[in-house]
Amino acid sequence: MADAALKEAARPSLWRDVRVLRAAGQVVFVVILVVIAREMYLNASFAIGSAGRELSYTYLDSRAGFAIKEHIVGYSANQPLYKAFLAGATNAMLVAAAGIVMATVLGVLIGVARLSPNWMVKKIALVYVEVFRNIPLLVQVIFWYVAVILAIPRIEDSVSIFGVAFVSNRGAAMPAIRSGADFGTWSLFVLAALLVAATVWRWRTRVHERTGGRHYRWLSSLAVMAVLAAAGYALLGDAFKVELPELIAHGYSGGLQISPEFAGILVALVVYTAAFIGEIVRGSILAVSKGQKEAAQALGLSPGQQLRLVVLPQAMRTAIPPINNQYLNLWKNTSLAFAVGFPDLINISTTMVNQAGHALETFSLVVGTYLGTSLLISFGMNVLNRAVTLRGGTA
Amino acid sequence: MHSLAAKKTLALVFALAVVAMACTREEEGGEGGGTQGETQAAQGDETTLLDEIKQRGTLRCGVNNTVPGFGFDPGTGEIEGFDIDFCRAFAAAVLGDSEAIDLVPIDADNRFIALQNGDYDVLARNTTWTTSRDGAEGVAFMHVNFYDGQAMMVREGDFSSIDEMDGTNVCVTTGTTTELNLADYFGARGLDFEPIAFEENPQLQRAFISGRCDGWTSDRSQLAGIRSQWPEEEGGPESLIIFDEVISKEPLAPGVLDSEIELHDALDAVVNGLILAEELGVTSANVEDTAEDPGEGPVAALLGAPVLDPETGESAPLDNGLGITNNFMIDVISAVGNYGEIFDRHVGPESDLELERGINALWTDGGIQYAIPFR
Repeated sequence: MADAALKEAARPSLWRDVRVLRAAGQVVFVVILVVIAREMYLNASFAIGSAGRELSYTYLDSRAGFAIKEHIVGYSANQPLYKAFLAGATNAMLVAAAGIVMATVLGVLIGVARLSPNWMVKKIALVYVEVFRNIPLLVQVIFWYVAVILAIPRIEDSVSIFGVAFVSNRGAAMPAIRSGADFGTWSLFVLAALLVAATVWRWRTRVHERTGGRHYRWLSSLAVMAVLAAAGYALLGDAFKVELPELIAHGYSGGLQISPEFAGILVALVVYTAAFIGEIVRGSILAVSKGQKEAAQALGLSPGQQLRLVVLPQAMRTAIPPINNQYLNLWKNTSLAFAVGFPDLINISTTMVNQAGHALETFSLVVGTYLGTSLLISFGMNVLNRAVTLRGGTA
Repeated sequence: MHSLAAKKTLALVFALAVVAMACTREEEGGEGGGTQGETQAAQGDETTLLDEIKQRGTLRCGVNNTVPGFGFDPGTGEIEGFDIDFCRAFAAAVLGDSEAIDLVPIDADNRFIALQNGDYDVLARNTTWTTSRDGAEGVAFMHVNFYDGQAMMVREGDFSSIDEMDGTNVCVTTGTTTELNLADYFGARGLDFEPIAFEENPQLQRAFISGRCDGWTSDRSQLAGIRSQWPEEEGGPESLIIFDEVISKEPLAPGVLDSEIELHDALDAVVNGLILAEELGVTSANVEDTAEDPGEGPVAALLGAPVLDPETGESAPLDNGLGITNNFMIDVISAVGNYGEIFDRHVGPESDLELERGINALWTDGGIQYAIPFR
């Protein structure tokens, strides 16, 4: 009873209670958000209403009517608008996916080179980083496309590489592997070969551990795999075939083709983003305790092994969150493809808006696609981050 | 522990209550705004864009600044061209001053969004009148001021007609009707092609020069303009040919927002007046003299002078009821001349574009330009 009274007396008044103030602050914040969102919605619907129209997404079912030169979703001008949107979205995602892989590889190389004991390598990496991260990306996109790619010889003077690959400012064409009728069966063959190769790997490792002799793990398992896969190919007859590109009147036919516009935006994004990733990698390597490297040295690991087995795995922990930011930037920056005529999400959407109207609806889809894909990339990076985080108690 | 949970619940309830309150207030505010608008409309003194322009004293035109002949800065710092003269004519009619214009350069992609946003008043930017632009984009188009058609430009000697262009790369500007026509025209002839759609003409020009594309398709008027300015180091205008084949009809017309019917009607009268002036032989050179002695027929009606009423036998000026002065065409014609003068000055055979009148000739000369009568 006395305790309760004491508690009551010690309690500060509401407006001085920090817990109440915090809660009130959050309430105010939520209210402001709701009011702003409501105002924006009312404003948009009023504007559309006063122009005599209403929000509707049914226009997406009408015929697109315009052609798109490259797509991975089987589009043609007679298909509905949503298919055109899909073609643009997947094109952007293709650039982002290729860009993320290539920027990561180049970025790690640059980051490691920045710390190289070789003076020349170190300086080249420094100049690279300082040049490419300090020029606006749009300028770089236009530069790569107009000054580099368009300056490649014309189609009439197409450069042939042993007659199996071609390069001109109409694009690059190279041999492509096309699956044949027996591709499914052959895939099972390859799977089996993989298992056999793994067994060989384990056997060679055991031999190495028992006798201390050379293990030849790579050599023997790859050889086993290649022999089995080749045997399968020979037995089945139509597992896959190599399709060679051909030079035709105004371009190439067949094979794997890369358009100048795709190459322009991709190269610009990779080169630009790699400069940032390089700096992140450099910082993360420097953040790994010096003792780790010295311990690795003391164990007799070669410099390459020190980096690969000891330093980089630890540096990855620090590097993943900021690299996630770079991946998100790269994805969003694909929107600059409009400058070089690559049919990305923005290029297709602006065409849609101009032909069929419904700007608000189309751009709400654009916003949704960028946001959704960004969240997906973040989700993937968070999963990766959790996988490499130091577990409590093991250190 | 127990009391903390209770407090949290209380806080949540409180928060919801405040949010609900805010919403109700918002709703009332919204309704209030609506009522106010309705009252204004009922009183008939709602400010239309036409009134707003008169109060502001300048007319804002959304124009092109990249197409020679229609809207282009030839290096003088001022945009000139066919469309710009129409903007001047509009300003002369509404404000009595052809210089009271504010030119807003706008690209093809954003022209409609900017119009809907109210970034400018009149779209005078070689825009094709189509049904979906009329409907979905909410544009009210005026009389067609240029009957254009889509054409194909190639390097001299590469091809001699579009039928030879199977499997080619064709450069085109994004957000134009040409993108649709290109697919239809090639598709109908069973020709395969790759469109390379650029946002900006300069990049497109670089791509065309470097040989990235075999052809450049756009409105004939635009191609003629681009060809006329083709750099000498790239071979000059003679190195390019524009096929006579017409890929599509492109009726170009100025436009305003659907909701601004007063402005539309007034400016539509200007476009018609310019064409009628040519038909009646009123030019910038003779308009002043004609205005002094206009007679009592169609010329008088055009210039807002008293017209003889055949039924009553009395003469009275025609009240056009357009919200602009009756004699607006005097200001318009003295500022920019008639339709034929504007055409000849910027795009005609004597200009850099060297375009023939063709179907843009008056109906009396075998063309299809036919203005509504002033009466």
